[in-house]
Amino acid sequence: MSIQIDHLSFSYGDHQVLKDVSLTANKGELLSLLGPNGVGKSTLFKCVLGLLQGYSGEAYLEGESTRQLGAKELAKRIAYIPQSHYPSFNFSVFDMVLMGTTAQVGAFSSPSKHHMDAVDAVLDKLGLLSLRGRGYMQISGGERQLVLIARALVQKAKILIMDEPTSNLDYGNQLKVMEEMKKLAADGYCILESTHHPEQAFLYADRLLCMKDGSIIADGSPKEVLSSDLVSRLYGVDVTVRSFEEDRVCVCVPRWVVSN
Amino acid sequence: MRKHRDHRLPYAATVSVMGALLIAVVLVSFLLGRYPVQPGELAGILASRVFPVEPFWQETAELVVFNIRLPRVLIACMVGCCLSAAGASYQGAFQNPMAAPDILGASSGAAFGAALAILLGLPSFAITLLAFVSSLVCVGVVIFVSNHARGKKVLGLVLSGIMISSLFSSGTSFIKLVADPNNQLPAITYWLMGSLSGVKQGDVLFAFVPMFIGCLALVLLRWRVNVLTLGDDEARTMGVNAGRVRFIVILASTLITAASVSVSGMIGWVGLVIPHLARRLVGNNYRHLMPASMLLGAIFLLIVDNICRNLLMTEIPLGILTSLVGAPFFIYLITREHERY
Repeated sequence: MSIQIDHLSFSYGDHQVLKDVSLTANKGELLSLLGPNGVGKSTLFKCVLGLLQGYSGEAYLEGESTRQLGAKELAKRIAYIPQSHYPSFNFSVFDMVLMGTTAQVGAFSSPSKHHMDAVDAVLDKLGLLSLRGRGYMQISGGERQLVLIARALVQKAKILIMDEPTSNLDYGNQLKVMEEMKKLAADGYCILESTHHPEQAFLYADRLLCMKDGSIIADGSPKEVLSSDLVSRLYGVDVTVRSFEEDRVCVCVPRWVVSN
Repeated sequence: MRKHRDHRLPYAATVSVMGALLIAVVLVSFLLGRYPVQPGELAGILASRVFPVEPFWQETAELVVFNIRLPRVLIACMVGCCLSAAGASYQGAFQNPMAAPDILGASSGAAFGAALAILLGLPSFAITLLAFVSSLVCVGVVIFVSNHARGKKVLGLVLSGIMISSLFSSGTSFIKLVADPNNQLPAITYWLMGSLSGVKQGDVLFAFVPMFIGCLALVLLRWRVNVLTLGDDEARTMGVNAGRVRFIVILASTLITAASVSVSGMIGWVGLVIPHLARRLVGNNYRHLMPASMLLGAIFLLIVDNICRNLLMTEIPLGILTSLVGAPFFIYLITREHERY
């Protein structure tokens, strides 16, 4: 088991954000975490990544409690892929990806030749080699997201955490990024992503987790979980879920559109 | 593999050019000054330290080269190197391209400490020590205040830097007011204008240790600084203990800033202007940026110091000239900030 979260609760002051969350994620699985804003998705990720302390319950990565692992050991097991962002300095795409090797490099050294070769291999794999020398800030949002994925891959962690990876991307790039994630899961990575798109999760996720008020209220295959009732309850809107193409695609439509 | 689109020279070439330029400027600096030294004489004087050479130069020339110009050339290079390295490091550690030793108050803090030490009639060792401690306290207060500031982090940092700097500056002004106008006040004023004219061999030896330790730490940690610029959470998920690395980087930067200003007085703008010039030449990767900033800083300050001591009959304080060059460059920088390479 790659990730195992046991009865995890977390509060910011008096405000309890996570209430007794338990979940497991396996190697080769793409998990989508669905839920409205402020429901605790990011907080859950921060606890698992070791960025927040003071939670109750336990989070295990490949069998080891995150409490026992230092930043370096954590980084070798789990990688975080943020939303495509603008850092303070315009690094080249190559340097940005190379930063992913930092956990494998001594505190007082810089990455060496074999780390750089690993970066080129990953850039090649994701079709980013032509961007190698470009500035990270000069490429498109979708390309930036792929660069951050490349960075996580050179980190050599087998668990990837992605916080709304497609939320700032145009439609084409959303698909490209999701296709890439699907491939990575097939390669044996365990991927946990949060999303705002039920339809996207339905299409790509192996498993769907729904979160409301700090608790997981549904956990299963997208087909089992994603019902009209659930989506309506989750987001507080009245929608109907329709599926097509032999239940491989779904669409959520407001109830008033549907006549019957 | 496609060649990457890079209009810059390869790093190795750029650094080699900078190194050669530094050596050239150092050699020329030995020749310039009120007592003329001929290139041939200089070659002989320098060679005589290694090989047995029959002196064909006057003894004064040798004294001028080793006792007067050598300490000054060394300290100009060291101070330039340190201020520039400190600026580049502060920019990375605070994720703020506009950070510099002066913006965060390290210089004003050091100035206050030095002025206080002069007021108390302390020896030169204590002046440096007090400058260092005061510098550290000043940066510490700036960070503490900016952590409590609402709104944007970068803005909060710059604003609290301005506030705390101004607090320490008013403290310095008060010290000037109560200082003895016959000997203490001129000493403080000299200090604040920044000059290398009073530099002796002892200063070089004294400043060398903290500067070496600080610069070594920054050179060793320079890859980590890259990751630090991405923010604490991201750095941590990449295996970097952001808080600890930032603390060491700030400590090292403050150490070399304090050591610099304790021997040279306040020299503005070098820490902001030179790292940005280096960014244009070698890019933002600190692995390359740190050595390039150090070399460029040394070259720049040595050239400016040569102008200071040779342009007019009387010495021009160094701080005045660095501001004269630095301020217009800063304006150029902020007006074309959107155009990143």
